[in-house]
Amino acid sequence: MTHQLKDGGQVLNVGMLARVEGEGGMHIEIKDRQVVDVKLNIFEPPRFYEGFLRGRTYTEPPDITARICGICPVAYQSASTEAMENICGIVTTPEIQLMRRLLYCGEWIESHALHIFMLHAPDFLGYESVLEMAKTYPDVVKMALRLKKAGNDLMELVGGRAIHPVNVKVGGFYRMPTVAELEDLRPDLERGIEDALAAVELVAGFDFPEMEQDYTYVSLRHPDWYPLERGNEIVATNGVRFPVAEIPQHIEEFHVAHSNALHARFDGGTYFVGPLARYSNNFDQLSPRCQEAAVKAGLTETCRNPFKSIIVRTVELAYAFEEAVRIIDLWRDGHAPSVPIAPRAGEGVGASEAPRGTIWHRYCIDADGVIEDAQIVPPTSQNQASIEADLRLAAQQWVDLDDHMLTHRCEEAIRNYDPCISCATHFLDLRVKRS
Amino acid sequence: MTTAPEPHGVTEPHAHSHEHDEAAAASSRPKLAVWKFASCDGCQLSLLNCEDELLSIAEAVHIAYFPEATRAVVEGPYELSLVEGSITTPDDVRRIHEIRAQSGVLVTIGACATAGGIQALRNWADVDEYRSVVYAHPEYLKTLDTSTPIASHVDVDYELRGCPVDKKQLIEVLAAFLNGRKPRIATYSVCVECKLKGNVCVPVATGQPCLGPVTQAGCGALCPSYGRGCYGCFGPQDSANTESLTRQLVELGMPSDDIVRVYRTFNAGAPAFAAASDAVEVGATVRSTVDRAPEQGGVP
Ligand code: SF4
Ligand code: SF4
Repeated sequence: MTHQLKDGGQVLNVGMLARVEGEGGMHIEIKDRQVVDVKLNIFEPPRFYEGFLRGRTYTEPPDITARICGICPVAYQSASTEAMENICGIVTTPEIQLMRRLLYCGEWIESHALHIFMLHAPDFLGYESVLEMAKTYPDVVKMALRLKKAGNDLMELVGGRAIHPVNVKVGGFYRMPTVAELEDLRPDLERGIEDALAAVELVAGFDFPEMEQDYTYVSLRHPDWYPLERGNEIVATNGVRFPVAEIPQHIEEFHVAHSNALHARFDGGTYFVGPLARYSNNFDQLSPRCQEAAVKAGLTETCRNPFKSIIVRTVELAYAFEEAVRIIDLWRDGHAPSVPIAPRAGEGVGASEAPRGTIWHRYCIDADGVIEDAQIVPPTSQNQASIEADLRLAAQQWVDLDDHMLTHRCEEAIRNYDPCISCATHFLDLRVKRS
Repeated sequence: MTTAPEPHGVTEPHAHSHEHDEAAAASSRPKLAVWKFASCDGCQLSLLNCEDELLSIAEAVHIAYFPEATRAVVEGPYELSLVEGSITTPDDVRRIHEIRAQSGVLVTIGACATAGGIQALRNWADVDEYRSVVYAHPEYLKTLDTSTPIASHVDVDYELRGCPVDKKQLIEVLAAFLNGRKPRIATYSVCVECKLKGNVCVPVATGQPCLGPVTQAGCGALCPSYGRGCYGCFGPQDSANTESLTRQLVELGMPSDDIVRVYRTFNAGAPAFAAASDAVEVGATVRSTVDRAPEQGGVP
């Protein structure tokens, strides 16, 4: 989709990015072999969640905000429940936290497996889709489907449903799964650890382009565990760290003309959230087995090549399986599914690590629990500037490729991020222009 | 004010059987396209979530257009189009007509496509205000004042309910299409599914509100099985008696504001739920049994 311009310039346009969640495109403009303009356009239509959350009550966001994204509903449910619990000054029980982490493991497994094998691996293996890949790599594809299904089964048990779980509420859950029900899942989850570790080796064997950027990695951090359903502070590779409650003071959203999604700045600069950030900020919190698998796959404690995000995701996939089994080992029947909660006027923040990066919600509620103001900041908004920076670098690096190959490379650079365009409710058209 | 459309008559698949037969003869497998409008991708993800059936589905139909799953784009016409999402921009209106023109059978999947989705809440609100709450430069956005279902714009052959759709129902729709028959999808209420499962009735046992009596089956009575009332994500069943349910909600002590919001979630734009919420909002039909005339009967 290249257009020759009258001035001899050339525009490369990709109207619809494939194998991403939601709808976007890109625009790249090249003059005298120099990339002069790069834009990620998100034309996913706005759905105005923050607008219509106003006037609803504090118990509603887990069901409503889940519908922002079909791939990571639990991320929305977790961040919103945590925000409301913070505002109302209640602390849930360790068991409720454990069950939230287990549900979140299900979402990581389902989403990571989907992204690694169905959306991303075809790029490295030269296929248009996983379905085509299935003809040459039937065993890999069957393994992928098995891994993904294990994640869905976990979400269905703990959440009631894999897409938009019904069992989550402010204060905890409607019903706790039993030891017996969880034990049913154990064999598939244990097999998942082995499969995922084998998959780490498999993806580490892909051919990776040389490309590194000096990103500011931002993620949650928790003293005791790898951040998933929650953390206690935000940490960045530039040394900045602060408690979750202070996120709005450091992250600012702004609106650009070429996109329906908002962009964001971290202390005034471009930053990067997602598996690479999480991994690079929390390598020490991974299990010894996952650390070892990462090192064997050729990674160091920090990974700056965005194309290698597929390896990091696969390490995290193995970790999520391990965590799920660990939690099932700890589980006992008889814990209360939720704690009572009553509204209290105030403002609060909740944050969690969606599979594709840190997500945070901020709400203001009144004494009756009615929402006065809501702000939802998904990972893709935060990464838009980084994605554009990568696109610029990729386009420059491969400027001499023909348009077809260049487009392919640029699309891959975007898919590295697993951008969730639907969730960038407030989010991208590829065009290359040459002269 | 809601701009909810008239209920759309669901016709049998293969309403366009003539074109379909010709196209099917041209290729061994019918071409499937999956389209998206304003939505969360959850309903199309339901298709990818058919892990056990995905490879067989890909053998039975030619996945010709499905950007979430494949870069490959095979030109239409398509024997079957699955459409997710609601119409919220001027461009959407143009696009859905193009899609209709190149589709044999067109099936909408999910609450967004069949009822306008949660984004239909804008139909009661001032969209300019929403725009300025969310965006610093509302002038950059092109969006309609309403979110409407696909059937408000073009003929639809079959509408599959749910937010999200149920995997098994989705497979039934595909199987029905492949076999040239009508999908066997229940049109009774969630209550029937509860009884089949042997669930205890949530409102009777716990006093929690439940939309089960007016909500179409399909989920397998999921919420009541987890100890909570149904919140209506499959939308109104064919003959939903919302008036009776509203009276029961009043009796359970639910304030009118809450009743209005309960009807206005993911199927807010479905005519039966829209009308029920509007009725409560204007206070027209809501009276508790206490002040109801005896001939109108007792507790619903
Ligand atoms: S109906 Fe629900 S699950 Fe389906 S696309 Fe709309 S919001 Fe997502
Ligand atoms: S019980 Fe009601 S709200 Fe719950 S999943 Fe079923 S239809 Fe949706």
